This record gives sequence, structure tokens and C-alpha cells, in this order.
Amino acid sequence: MDNNEEYQKNLLEFERKIEAEEKIEPRDWMPDAYRHHLIRQMSQHAHSEVIGMQPEGNWVNRAPSLRSKKILIAKIQDEGGHGLYLYYAAETLGVSRDQFVQWLHEGKAKYSSIFNYPSLSWADIGAIGWLVDGAAIVNQVSLCRTSYGPYSRAMVRICKEESFHQRQGYEIMCDMMNGTEDQRKMAQDAMNRWWWPSLMMFGPTDNDSPNSQRAMKWKIKRESNDKLRQKFIDKTMDQAEFIGLTVPDPDLKWNEETQHYDFGQIDWEEFYEVIKGRGPCNRQRLETHIQSHQEGEWVRNSAREYSRMMKEAKKELV
Amino acid sequence: METKEMIAAYATRLGDTSLILSHRLAKLYASGPTLEESVALTNISLDHLGQATTFYQYAAKLNANGLNEDDIAYRRNEREYDNFQLVEQPNTDFAFVMLRQYLVDAFNYHYYSALCDSNDETLAAIAAKAIKEVKYHYRHSREWLLRLGKGTEEAYNKLDNALVHLWSYTKEMFTPDAIDEALASLGIAVDLKSVQEQWERDVFEFFSELKLQIPEKIFQAKGCKEGNHTELLGHILCEMQYLPRAYPDAKW
Repeated sequence: MDNNEEYQKNLLEFERKIEAEEKIEPRDWMPDAYRHHLIRQMSQHAHSEVIGMQPEGNWVNRAPSLRSKKILIAKIQDEGGHGLYLYYAAETLGVSRDQFVQWLHEGKAKYSSIFNYPSLSWADIGAIGWLVDGAAIVNQVSLCRTSYGPYSRAMVRICKEESFHQRQGYEIMCDMMNGTEDQRKMAQDAMNRWWWPSLMMFGPTDNDSPNSQRAMKWKIKRESNDKLRQKFIDKTMDQAEFIGLTVPDPDLKWNEETQHYDFGQIDWEEFYEVIKGRGPCNRQRLETHIQSHQEGEWVRNSAREYSRMMKEAKKELV
Repeated sequence: METKEMIAAYATRLGDTSLILSHRLAKLYASGPTLEESVALTNISLDHLGQATTFYQYAAKLNANGLNEDDIAYRRNEREYDNFQLVEQPNTDFAFVMLRQYLVDAFNYHYYSALCDSNDETLAAIAAKAIKEVKYHYRHSREWLLRLGKGTEEAYNKLDNALVHLWSYTKEMFTPDAIDEALASLGIAVDLKSVQEQWERDVFEFFSELKLQIPEKIFQAKGCKEGNHTELLGHILCEMQYLPRAYPDAKW
């Protein structure tokens, strides 16, 4: 059997598994393009969890009650844990975590552009939980059925925690809308600033999303950007109305015919500017990550040296 | 002062040390040398925050003055806080963070072990829960100190530098005040002399293993139980109490 024949045979078996909804596992054969797509998507996902700790961490020492402080610390810790699951899952594709981090620092790997916006008031912590995690969940619930086994299993765990975050964020918004005039203003201001960037989280429209088609064929992605975005808008609108928040979109209205909300034009120019590194906090987020990574180097070196010495000592005993 | 008032003050000060340490650790949510360590540090921060909350809840119940645990945390000024000055010390680098943690963990380990036998049932119950967490904290910080003290020369030097700074805030942990003495005589508070003996035995032996020299003839801070602090606490409280102070009528 020559190489080409073997490739065709492997490809057929791979496609059969995808068709039959069987998971692809790390030791299974997979096309290079499938592997590369996953490396890009999963590492980007892991980086997003980790960089996403920063806008929330901005309020960790200003949480206004013991309970809210506890919830915020636990949430940020969860995001760190999600980063870990995803790095571990992505490492099964043959790339080390050090390499992923290096690509992030070199600007070769991206993270979700939503985290390049600043968190300016306590209500932003509510908005991030409710809208940003709310949008992430819509995407991630769909990813629980993704074709790559380790990714799918990580997503199942992550979704359980994210749904708590979304509810906790909504609780902050509810409390603020039921609170003083100042609190209501803060909540509406946060809504105004986070609504459009949250819609951008689903990525470009289906017509402008070049990687989507192949990802759908291989069942890495299970639903299109536009479909997921619509799902998010439909479910979030009712929640906003219920607590008296106004969605900052004059074109937003219920469409009886489609049974969905119609919505206004997303500012795609802003989206691409932020993706290209020209958002309000891009530089700051990356520099913070690089700085803490560099500051940890002497600690990691010392831990490695200690471990080496212990191994040597053990050898001598034997 | 009635016994009930003294127990409330005692619980509040235990809560203060836990809260301020938790606050310092929380800020390290993404600054650990590895992602795993960042997760560990926030976990320890959460444990301390939980301890602070239960101590304050108990104090609020005993005070019965209508103030709850949040009022205790968010509506008192610097001079009304009675935390160890050690836990106010900044997150200068990982050696500072871990040495500060180790010195407090070693203290908490012996202190909470003894408090489990308190004649006050609530304090004993809080201590019984806390000691399970403290055992992990103590193991964690001790393991890190081994890696810093016995690893590279650079790490050893940073640890040594942290020790010179932090040692100034250790002695006051063992200085009893009238409340400690009165409650200890009733079998409610912990005997600090015995905790000190055990702490010194552990710490001196460990530092000798790490070849760390205990600084001599240096300044020793005092008065944490009279609301004495370093200049750092005021800034911690400014940040922590900002929202409840700026919007006194708001509920969060």
C-alpha cells in the first residue's frame, strides 16, 4: 500500500467516525488540517480563560461585601481552572503549554477580543458574568458535542461552572436594578458598554467566517456564528426586560414571522480593530501576562533545581 | 468588659487577620509562577475569607448591636482593625508571599489546634473547620520554602531578603493583651506562650535546615491588638471599603 492509499484509507476511517458521531481521540489518526484547526481554536480558548481573569481581577479587592468578594474570587479561580483543563486538552495534540504561552506572548495566538475592554464599575462584574459568560455558554454548550474527545470532555466540565457564573452575574445586575438610583445608572452603563462587544464574541457573520465551513464539516464547530448569536440575543432580551434594563440597540424588535429578535448592525470595524491588537486594553492585558510570567521565572528555575537535586539524592541512595 | 464582649473582640481580631491576608492573596489571582499556583493562591485566599466571615458572624451575634459581618469588615477604620501587621505586608515577590504565608500558617496550625479545645463551642467549631484547611496551607507553604531555600542561589537570596523584612512582624503575634489573658483563664482563648514554643520549635528547626539566619537586633513591631499598623493597612481599607463608603445606602 503506497502512502497515498494509506492516507485515503485513514481519511475514510476518520470521516466515518465523524459521521457516526464517534469522538476522535489523541492517538487516532487525523488530518493535519484538523489538528491545526484544533491547536489554534483550543489554545485561543485557553488563553481567553486566562486573560479573562484580568478585567474581573481589577475588582477583586473592591468587591463590596464578603459574599460578593467570595463569589468573585471563586469565579476568577474557576477561569484559571478552565485555562488548565483546556491547556491540558490542547497538549494532547502534541504542543506543550510553554509553546502555547510563547505564541501568545509573540502575538501569534489570540484570545477572545472581549477581554480587551476595561471593567470600569462594579456593575461591569455583573455584566461580564451575565453577558460575557452568557455568550460564552451558548458557544460552549454547543462545543460539548465537538468531535475531538478531550475538548468535548473539558467543555462539559467548564459549562457546569460557567452556568453558575452567568447566574451570579445576573444576580449582581438584579440587585443593582433593585437598588439605589446610582446603582441603576451603573448597571445600565455597564449594559451599554458590554452589549455590542458581547455580540461580537460569536465572531464574524457566517459569510465572512472563512474557517467555519471546514470546522462544521469536521464537527469541531456544531452551529454557525450567526445562529449562536441569535440564540444568545433571544434568551438575553427577556432577562434584560425583566429587570428593567434597556438594550442599547434601537433596531432591536421581536419578529413574529421568524420568531426571533431582529437586531441592528454590529460595528465590524471596531471588531477587526480590536482583533488586530488596537482595542482599549490589548497592550495592557498582554503586558500584564508577560510580566507575571517573567516574574515567575526565578521561582520555576528554583523549583526545577530542587527537583533535580532530589532526584540525584535518590539515585545516590539506590 | 463582660465575657461576651471579650469573646466578640477576640473573634473580630481573628477575623481581621484572616480577612487582610485573604485580601493580599486574592490579588495574586494571575501572578503565580505557574497557573496551577495562581489557582492554589486564590484557593487559600478563599479559605481565609471563609474563616473571616464566620468569625465576624459570631462577633456580630454576640455584639447584638444590629451590625452584621459586612459592617464589621467594611465600616471600621484602621485603628479599629486588630490584625497582625505581618499580613499587611505587600506581595513584593513570591518569596515574600510564601514566607509571609509560612509564618502565619505555622502560627495558625498550632493556634487553631489549641482553639479546637476551647470552652466556647462556637470558637471550637470554627477552629475545627479551619484546622483542616490550615494543614493544607502549612504543607503548601513549607514545600515552597524548601524549593526556594534549597533550589537556586537567586531564590535563596530573595528568601533571605524577605526574612529580614518580615521577621520584624513576628513577635507581636505572641504578645497577649488583657482579653487573651482573661479568656485564657476561662479556657476559652488559646495560651499564646505554648503556641509560641511550638511555633519557634518548628520555625527555627526548619530555617536551620534551609540555612536561613534569623535576623537579630532588628525592629520588632508591636501593638496590633491596640489597632497599631503599618502605613499599608490604610490603603488596603481604602480599596476594600470604597463602594460601601461611597454609596452608604446601597445594598450589594
